[in-house]
Amino acid sequence: MNPWYMLTVVGQDRPGIVARLTDVLYAGGCNLGEASMIRLGGNFTIMLMVQGALPPAQLEALMQPVVDALCLRLHIDPIDGALYQQREPPDVRITVHGADRAGIVARVTGALAEAGLDILDLASEVAGNEQKPIYVMYIDGYARRGVDALQAALATLSHDGFVARLEPIQTISC
Amino acid sequence: MANLEILTYPDERLGRVSERVERFDEALRTFIVALSQALDAGPGGVGIAAPQTGQLQRIVIIDCSRARKPIPNKGRLVLINPELTAWKGMEVGREGCLSVPNYTGNVIRATEITLQAQDECGALHDYCFQGYEARVVQHEIDHLDGLLFLDRLVSRRVDLFQRKTFLPSKE
Repeated sequence: MNPWYMLTVVGQDRPGIVARLTDVLYAGGCNLGEASMIRLGGNFTIMLMVQGALPPAQLEALMQPVVDALCLRLHIDPIDGALYQQREPPDVRITVHGADRAGIVARVTGALAEAGLDILDLASEVAGNEQKPIYVMYIDGYARRGVDALQAALATLSHDGFVARLEPIQTISC
Repeated sequence: MANLEILTYPDERLGRVSERVERFDEALRTFIVALSQALDAGPGGVGIAAPQTGQLQRIVIIDCSRARKPIPNKGRLVLINPELTAWKGMEVGREGCLSVPNYTGNVIRATEITLQAQDECGALHDYCFQGYEARVVQHEIDHLDGLLFLDRLVSRRVDLFQRKTFLPSKE
């Protein structure tokens, strides 16, 4: 079985990044796994599982012409490609919003981690304007010690200039 | 009847439209027992549709008493030739499927539905389902029309409609 790598790619957003990168990987005989690609503050960011026979140096050489042409930065890490495993679906969604200031993420995630939250997906955005920036964060996670424990943890944070809401997610299995 | 095998995506039979049940006989009832056993065999499964086993007939069984977390439910129901007659409300919720192993995704469904369906003897009944149970019924009826929840996926990151929310206390 060929080894798996995690490719991290960052660069100023422009049309064609995904198409050109994946085309060169396909031409190089690589197999793609799971990916997260998103625009963050004008930058396009990619986390991409890639499986291939090439050692990391050759994989990097394969991609370098496209990376250079698109002014991207590339990082490659060998990983364990643990696919096809039963995963606990998220059972809770937390949304946080407030005036943007230092420490919101650390305080919220710290309290939730202590209350038993496993974060499965986190996304945040900065909205508003430079004078009055707004911070918005979504977290999907699994409540190892139940939703009530998380709710109690959030209640201790609710007077700090931001609002944190929690809603259970119940996944149907048919 | 031997244990029924659950078809998994991308088996092309999952994409076919099932036929109405016309004969309410012993063979039908035998199949329903087997389908019910297949539902019980799946861990935490709350619904199953006949086409998931390769039997392309408009039969589903739901049982939301098997949900991981208790929710209001009508227990185990056999719905034959179900026809939606009304729906209202929309909500994003997370779904998984025995026919799509190891994946869950967000799908928009009506929050309240009414439908007519026949039972094992052919008698017609009216039902009203809400919330979680309504979602399960819609998921199963989709199977009868050759649709999987994969055909209805919406963004993983964005909830279009907020569900019931616990607000932080305002002491």
